[in-house]
Amino acid sequence: MTGTQGAPDFDQLAGLAKSLRKDVLIMTSEAGSGHPTSSMSAVEVMTALYFGGIMRYDASNPQKRDRDRFILSKGHAAPILYAVLAEAGYIQKDQLNTLRRIDSPLEGHPNMLRVPGVEASTGSLGQGLSMGLGHALNAKLDGLDYNVYVMMGDGEVQQGQVWEAAMAAANFGASNLIAIVDQNGYQQTAPVTSVTDPNTYAEKFRAFGWNTVDIDGHDLHATHKALVDATNYSSGPSAIIARTKKGKGVSFLEEDFTWHGRGVPKDQLDAALEELG
Amino acid sequence: MTLGTRAGLEMGAATRDAFGRALQEIGSSNKDVVVVDGDVANSTRAEWFGKDNPDRFFNVGIAESNLIGVAAGLAACGKVPVAASFAAFLLCNAYDQIRMSIAFPKMNVKLVGSHAGISIGEDGPSQMGIEDVALACALPGTVVMVPADEHSARKATQQMVEHVGPTYLRVGRSGVPVIYDENADFKIGKANTLRDGSDVTLVANGLMVSAALDAAEILAGEGITARVLDMHTVKPVDEAALRAAAVDTKGIVVAEEHLHHGGLGSVVAMTVARTNPCRMDFVDLGDQFAKSGDGDALLEEFGLTGEKIAEKARAIAKG
Repeated sequence: MTGTQGAPDFDQLAGLAKSLRKDVLIMTSEAGSGHPTSSMSAVEVMTALYFGGIMRYDASNPQKRDRDRFILSKGHAAPILYAVLAEAGYIQKDQLNTLRRIDSPLEGHPNMLRVPGVEASTGSLGQGLSMGLGHALNAKLDGLDYNVYVMMGDGEVQQGQVWEAAMAAANFGASNLIAIVDQNGYQQTAPVTSVTDPNTYAEKFRAFGWNTVDIDGHDLHATHKALVDATNYSSGPSAIIARTKKGKGVSFLEEDFTWHGRGVPKDQLDAALEELG
Repeated sequence: MTLGTRAGLEMGAATRDAFGRALQEIGSSNKDVVVVDGDVANSTRAEWFGKDNPDRFFNVGIAESNLIGVAAGLAACGKVPVAASFAAFLLCNAYDQIRMSIAFPKMNVKLVGSHAGISIGEDGPSQMGIEDVALACALPGTVVMVPADEHSARKATQQMVEHVGPTYLRVGRSGVPVIYDENADFKIGKANTLRDGSDVTLVANGLMVSAALDAAEILAGEGITARVLDMHTVKPVDEAALRAAAVDTKGIVVAEEHLHHGGLGSVVAMTVARTNPCRMDFVDLGDQFAKSGDGDALLEEFGLTGEKIAEKARAIAKG
């Protein structure tokens, strides 16, 4: 099947990406915690996916049986998911600043029972690809034509379950399953390279029987093309390794992993927003 | 198997066989039911469903974590996945996946753990699920069932599929004595009173129900009448039946093929402690792994017998 609906307006997507990045900064700053930098690395991929004509969804009917699915396996990047869901119309934009509050459904990690458009409750890393495979297998059972996109982190793929799912997905020929690794280079306490070599991930997925592509995950054109190609690939599952920067867009956040679980303090927020333009 | 002989019970099929047959029956009419297997379907008996419904049967390989995630994804799409493996591998290997992918989002997944308990025998401790009930009970919102014989296991399988929400069904490898007829009364959360008595109450599930009936027979010979409750549902437990037992009799002995901590014994004790504290004692595996050997001999060696239940019940009845 094709997920493309003509070429998107890339200028418009770039503007949207900037605005989503700001949403992430503001809501995590307001909350005083959260994972802004892990969210900022994923902005372009999610922008292209949701607003570049790749994913088919209807925010007024979140459970539509033939909708495309997006599973945020790296659940700590919840802020960017919420920002995207607000932009797509699943939730109200003014809800974003309730992030992590006791009376808000926008929990620290996504809860599918509380937020429309959230396809899986995640936060314990490594589980999303398996759930995505379950969704992908269901399409065949029900004779439906939909795709399942699963975003993982480059630290997350250290989880063994990811490779269990990778092996099974190839064996089932799940061509409607597309994994995206947001390779932002850092895990909670260290650069990923100090633990595993993320530059081998494409090769590893290939060895597991996946169609793979390695791209600059902040280049909207490259990201969009990779998503279109992966969506159209019909001989098995596809993995997109998106090379990104943790905290992309704000110099004092970029590639400083000590920001992993922290919101930008209010007295630094204006400077951060200003840098985004 | 010597269990059930004092009570005059006939040997029957294993509860895993009954589960497999029931699943096969249900699968032919309920097309939402799918099975996710971890390459042990010939052991769990889920293969009988798989042979009839190859399109709805997924062997994900020897990978329980992935098994649970795939089941969760299928459940999110409205399917009723039966995730079946050995109790030890399913609950212990994939516990975080069960917690996060199934229990937390309340996915309608039917967990089935076979080869539970030490009665599996020669394969030894690595294969024996002896902590599965404790782990399953610790999952918020999950129904936990331990049927005693083939007929109740069949009914439990049917109710498990009808129930909406996560469930755990524990079944065993070996044949067990037949307690019920085909019309076995089985309702989630409702204990079955198999024998009435006023001196002491024996609460059991799984194959220890047969042992409890043996114990009741032994005690009857001594003039002690024992009430026997088949507590096939550990969660939600039948609180009313337990409260009544605590009031009507002098105390309760709980018998289970499980570790001491966190199983049926803990659940019963917590229940009566709240409103009707009474004398209690426990027949279980204690705080230890078993070992390899003949299943019947293991039950004997680890004290999972009617005699042991009778001994503890006697002390309560006479105390």
